[in-house]
Amino acid sequence: MDLRYLRRRATNVFNLGMAVLTTLLGLFWLFWILFTTARYGYHSLNLRLFTLDTPPPGAAGGLRNAFVGSLMMIGVGIVAGTPAGILAGTYLAEFAGRKRIGEIVRFFNDILLSAPSIVIGLFVYSVVVAPMGNFSGLAGGLSLAIVLLPVVVRTTDEMLRLVPSTMREAAMALGAPYWRVVLQITYRAARSGILTGVLLGVARISGETAPLLFTALNNQFWSTNLARPMANVPVTIFQFAMSPYQGWQRLAWAGALVATLAVLGLSIFSRFLIRQRNN
Amino acid sequence: MEKPQTPSRLTRLWDPLFKGTTAVLAYLVLALLVAICLSLLREGWDAFKTFGWHFLVSKAWDPANNKFGALIPIYGTLISSLIAVVIAVPVSLGIAVFITELAPRWLRQPVAAAIELLAAIPSIIFGMWGLFAFAPWFSNYEPWISDHFGSIPGIGVLFRGPPFGIGMLTAGIILAIMIIPFIAAIMREVFLLTPPLLRESAYGVGATTWEVVRNVVLPYTRTAVAGGIFLGLGRALGETMAVTFVIGNAHSVSASLLNPGYSIAAALANEFTEAFSPLYKSSLIALGFILFVITFIILVLAKLLLLKLERAQGETA
Repeated sequence: MDLRYLRRRATNVFNLGMAVLTTLLGLFWLFWILFTTARYGYHSLNLRLFTLDTPPPGAAGGLRNAFVGSLMMIGVGIVAGTPAGILAGTYLAEFAGRKRIGEIVRFFNDILLSAPSIVIGLFVYSVVVAPMGNFSGLAGGLSLAIVLLPVVVRTTDEMLRLVPSTMREAAMALGAPYWRVVLQITYRAARSGILTGVLLGVARISGETAPLLFTALNNQFWSTNLARPMANVPVTIFQFAMSPYQGWQRLAWAGALVATLAVLGLSIFSRFLIRQRNN
Repeated sequence: MEKPQTPSRLTRLWDPLFKGTTAVLAYLVLALLVAICLSLLREGWDAFKTFGWHFLVSKAWDPANNKFGALIPIYGTLISSLIAVVIAVPVSLGIAVFITELAPRWLRQPVAAAIELLAAIPSIIFGMWGLFAFAPWFSNYEPWISDHFGSIPGIGVLFRGPPFGIGMLTAGIILAIMIIPFIAAIMREVFLLTPPLLRESAYGVGATTWEVVRNVVLPYTRTAVAGGIFLGLGRALGETMAVTFVIGNAHSVSASLLNPGYSIAAALANEFTEAFSPLYKSSLIALGFILFVITFIILVLAKLLLLKLERAQGETA
């Protein structure tokens, strides 16, 4: 065999070997991060985590107020972001089609999707928090809604476009007006796909910290008032993890473990939904 | 015969109403981007007006004396993101090649899904892991990096520094892990778009798998791969929590990547709620505006590059 052939073979084996190694490296990081979170978080994972509020340094406590605050703000995010996202996605898929305006909105929606979330926090700070005069759970929920919106717009658009046009035509031939065709035929056909998009978006906002820093701030006490600063899991984790107190750091890890499990659970569940749909 | 019913005027109103509502909400997406840009500019105007273009090139960051400059956070943001891209691109390429060319069919989906799960992990978890698990481990190897790379003429200065474990290089590595799933997913998707005919012809004339990737797949998907890389860069630039934990939050410029640094997003996360003077606050929002503009440009580039392959696909299909 000549040398050139050997060299080509060697390059091939080496590069493909590197491909295997880099894949292992990627998986290794995933498992290392999950392992670290589980190892440190597991110790403080008990019932008190969900029944006690965030303690002062040195005292025993849990993250009850933070969990409730997070859930409430995610709720506001879903209520404000989902209908708007679905309707905007409907416009793109049903009315704009391949028109220029549709392409433009799609283009900038994708930009909004990847825009730094901390900038969205700054924006909500300047248009909601500063005029209102104080940090509030509502502002936190709104910034989460802005993070959620482009995710929902995009999946709704994609999922509606997958619905065969013969379905719409059949309904229209029966004399149904277009709005009824959309509400009763295409939405129904694309339901699980749209739901998947919402779930993926919810998974994303559940772990978001940056947009909450200057909107909801945080609250050490129990509060369900959306007009006041509100406790939430990510910002509490941030403050507690950076603190020098051991008790706080332990709580931060427990919160991190619960948040990670929730987010990964949601992502895996929505993937499962897609799989079901495709079968 | 029954005459077909004509819709009454009221029911005929529903269609334009429905269309109008959806249209308004679609324009809301555009309006939001414009509003974000304008509100940041307005709130940051005080800083831009006070310091002029010096704001962009000044190293000063002295809240007590109301002197602010954006150079250090801009520098840290760009350098940490560049490190991330340099590390993430070859790794993502490897992962995409493995999934599209090497893995047996049953393994493809699980590996791709696992890599994508990496993108689902909240960034604050990356930060905590980086600070409490990765940095202590990495600090054991930093003296080794210092000893071996520090003496290389020219680039050696990048690697000479204290073994703190946290700093610009650590931030870059963690950002790399965070953007790998995005870049790998795009590479994987576009690699599969390569026409089988091209691929098979190359194999037919005796090319090895690597040569097919190098000489057929990569040239065909070049622009989209570049788009994916820019998308990853855009993500890295704006990443906040993970960087805040591990970059060191030191307001200094240093040639060494092992030294602590600062980034725009970290400055905002650390200082915004504690900014006591209006000019301080305005300077931070001005930083946010600069970050928004940089990421906007990068993301627009990314999208344009990605669209190019899509268009080419549309023409041949």
